[in-house]
Amino acid sequence: MKSTLAITAVIFTIGIVTLPIVWGDNDFSWGEMDEYKHKSSGVAVIDSPLYKEECGSCHMAYPAGLLPAKSWSKLMSQLDNHFGDNAELDAEVSKSISEYLLSNSADKSAYRRSIKFNNSIKSGDVPVRITATPYFRHKHDEVPDRLVSANPKVRSFSQCNACHAKAEKGSFNEHDIRIPGYGRWDD
Amino acid sequence: MKTLTLYAALIISLSSAVAQADSKTVNKLLQNYASQNATTPDEKQGEQLWKKTFNYDGEFSTRSCTSCHTKDLTAVGKHVKTGKQIKPMSPSSNAQRFTDSKKVEKWFKRNCLWTMNRECSAQEKANLLVYLNKTSTF
Repeated sequence: MKSTLAITAVIFTIGIVTLPIVWGDNDFSWGEMDEYKHKSSGVAVIDSPLYKEECGSCHMAYPAGLLPAKSWSKLMSQLDNHFGDNAELDAEVSKSISEYLLSNSADKSAYRRSIKFNNSIKSGDVPVRITATPYFRHKHDEVPDRLVSANPKVRSFSQCNACHAKAEKGSFNEHDIRIPGYGRWDD
Repeated sequence: MKTLTLYAALIISLSSAVAQADSKTVNKLLQNYASQNATTPDEKQGEQLWKKTFNYDGEFSTRSCTSCHTKDLTAVGKHVKTGKQIKPMSPSSNAQRFTDSKKVEKWFKRNCLWTMNRECSAQEKANLLVYLNKTSTF
């Protein structure tokens, strides 16, 4: 009797363990698992060296998935006055960068954070600052000035990577926040 | 001893060849400025303009090239607005400096506009370029 029970238990255990393998997607791979993980958090990593070079010399090159296409196209049309600076590009470079930004913008992304950025913007609004989007504001409303504008190592919210240690990898996860002179951030 | 001198001569001539290759872009730019009547670039005037301050109302009321690039051409600079690091201006500290004429013109345009609220003339660019390109290490 005891042995029958044991055998039943073994069979049952094997069944449970192998179930996902039998029922799972044949194409399953850990590589895809990684991709899924990325898509379920963060934003897409920049994959345009031209964009990185041209737009990353004065500030962090912001991932395209942080603003919708309408915002990028407005921003790219006024580079002669880019938040008070002249940031004009020659026509060819400007065209390639616009194409990159517009085809990788928040409204075309499957990444969770991009979707949130995009959904937070009202249909009639065209913010050109990432920091002006409702999602950004909501996420940073509890961060006091002393940690950002009055913090000599941060100075501005525009330096994402000053606190978001993995910003350039597309991750803005709360656990990866290290505020210079302060440390981890706990909400 | 004779072979040693020969080697030394060879090394010196090779290193000067490298230095010449590096300044090809600078020469090309200076030729271009010369064609716009800036035939005699003046290093001293370049230095004066580099360190000159311009006053404005409001944000960043005192502006100079040195606001971001610092007064030391071999030092790493810092963008006054974003805090992003800027590689040294001097080719002696940054071998990539002045090796791409399109890039040089792009930054002259942007940064003259921010600093002086107008573009630099060919003469001013020539002056600045010879000042910045001065490399005592060669």
